Amino acid sequence: MSAQGWQTVSSVLPPGRYFLQGDEACAEGAIAAGCNFYAGYPITPASEVMERIARRFQELEGRVFVQMEDEIGSIAAVIGASWAGAKAMTATSGPGFSLMLENLGYAIMTETPLVLVDIQRAGPSTGQATRPAQGDVFQARWGASGDYEVIVLAPWSVADMYWQTIRAFNLAEQFRVPVIILGDEGIGHLRERVDILPEVRVYNRLKEQGKPPFGGQLVPPMPAFGEGAKLLVTGSTHDPWGYRRTADSRVQAELVDRLSRKITERREEIVQAEAFFCDDDPELLLVAYGFTARSAYRAARELRMQGVRAGLLRLATLWPIPEKTIREKAACARHVLVPEMNRGQLLREIQRIVPHAKGYNKTNGEVITPGEIIGAVREKIG
Amino acid sequence: MAERIRVNLRDIINKEERLAPGHRLCAGCAEPVIVRQILLAIDDPVVVSTATGCLEVSTTVYPYTSWRVPWIHSAFENAATTLSGIEAAYKALRRTGKIPQDKEIKLIAFGGDGASYDIGLQFISGALERGHRIVYVCLNNEAYMNTGIQRSSATPRGASTTTSPAGKVIPGKVQWRKPFTHIMAAHDIPYVAQAAPHNYRDLMRKVKKAISVDGPAVLNILAPCPRGWRHPSDQTMAISKLAADTCYWPLYEIDHGKVIVNYKPRNKVPVAEWLKAQGRFRHLFQPANAWLLEEIQAKVDEEWERLLKEEANS
Repeated sequence: MSAQGWQTVSSVLPPGRYFLQGDEACAEGAIAAGCNFYAGYPITPASEVMERIARRFQELEGRVFVQMEDEIGSIAAVIGASWAGAKAMTATSGPGFSLMLENLGYAIMTETPLVLVDIQRAGPSTGQATRPAQGDVFQARWGASGDYEVIVLAPWSVADMYWQTIRAFNLAEQFRVPVIILGDEGIGHLRERVDILPEVRVYNRLKEQGKPPFGGQLVPPMPAFGEGAKLLVTGSTHDPWGYRRTADSRVQAELVDRLSRKITERREEIVQAEAFFCDDDPELLLVAYGFTARSAYRAARELRMQGVRAGLLRLATLWPIPEKTIREKAACARHVLVPEMNRGQLLREIQRIVPHAKGYNKTNGEVITPGEIIGAVREKIG
Repeated sequence: MAERIRVNLRDIINKEERLAPGHRLCAGCAEPVIVRQILLAIDDPVVVSTATGCLEVSTTVYPYTSWRVPWIHSAFENAATTLSGIEAAYKALRRTGKIPQDKEIKLIAFGGDGASYDIGLQFISGALERGHRIVYVCLNNEAYMNTGIQRSSATPRGASTTTSPAGKVIPGKVQWRKPFTHIMAAHDIPYVAQAAPHNYRDLMRKVKKAISVDGPAVLNILAPCPRGWRHPSDQTMAISKLAADTCYWPLYEIDHGKVIVNYKPRNKVPVAEWLKAQGRFRHLFQPANAWLLEEIQAKVDEEWERLLKEEANS
């Protein structure tokens, strides 16, 4: 059994410089984080994650790859593996993510750590399988039934995909939640440099026995099946020991409250955002994530050269939203622009924090270019 | 016994193709050949539903469509279910006189092996249990070709795919394929058959039978795939024929419970001949994998003998 809590481990991939695809970097990040179970189903543009895992797991000891009959089976197997003590992951795209939502809700309710990767493509439905989009921001936030909080990460480069995947596992283990990586076809199929460092910080879930596995503290310990603890796991409302209490209003209220609070009360440990060109309180702030943040970075730089005091806030976590940082960085900005490959999904959340934020949106299956962002700045802001 | 159904070549060549040329399926792909054979075997109006897959994406490349019949693509898993709704609605329309009582409309669902063996299995099962008068066709190329050759539960043991890569650790896919045709037959529906495109007379006769029965019918059709099986694109029909000659893919039907083996090769060819023709099995011919080759032959023999017994007993 691996040591619990924070650990420093050697990188599985020999340290050095690699040229990887985003999907491959996701697979390597998972391997580095200690992922030893992967269940998946083919779907463009996420299949390469599974293909890389299928090959790499053969080369490594004690790791299991299973191809399932569909996405429902994939996430269900991942949940089972997690309760058997594994660090488990699955990857998919929008339509497959839709099929996973029932089990995502189950994982939230049963506090099952897992990593779900959604390499977004243009939707709704089958949409454009080979084209990028950022249309699943709300599906990731509100797709399952009921009230809950989620952790959603949005990598913006191939290297970031590697590190965010490691972080996704760590957050999942720390908070006992499913963590969603919201990539997009742009990042998933991009190839660029990744520097693999010799060591990786990983977190292994706490397994202390004799304490209730579903209550008593914000994040209860999670022993695995077969380790001696009597475990009752159910998606129905349950008390701290896992007993079904489906007619007890107090138990339901306490459970739902704690499931949310374990994220909201420790929000600041989770949220991450990077500010660029923001040292002089920019008059124009771009807020972006995923592939679009790359174009926004370039746009901000070019606007600077044109004499516009532009800055970029790149969101690494979408949910919870880095509210404090957004508020701070936007405090002096007369203009806030949120470019997204959707019809303005994250914009709504940003507008809740910064009411004068405006959007630049594109849903034609093509990435947003720096030139388009500059054009939008000129047009909307003058 | 119903009257003998004949397939006349002269009739076929004079009919209009209902799958137009110009689609983007690969050179040597068996799927369009099979779909044309199926549509040419039907005289009545047809409605087609297709699951997500090679056929769906490649016959409908903007701004064109190859379908000269009404066509609906649903999600990956529910071509049979969407067709169930169409069938039930037509039934209601007939009952209320909105379409003539005697108007025959044939309803065909096409799915690949991923859509049929894996993600769509429960949906096909539901349609069969409800007894809709539809024909479900599995275009079986034995892997997820549309997304890049990942293994499916129809992929034969030993085949190398992107998610069952042959190497030092595993010799390709570890599991045997799922007995889909038998699973379909276990629903006690009027008609289930296995076919292959090289024998078009047999295939088209089975289509005519399938559309004529009063209830659901399923056709499981082998569809060699040059890209995924790694064979030259001009070998598709030869490989289809070898599959039948080796008894790897027996041509048979289960007509109202009666098993009929339609083709019994006079000289059963060793399955290695079929495997050898395809790059996905190349590693099986390394000395270290000889045991697997033997196992595959034994499995083919066992399944063939069992089928002959089922025929004798039915």
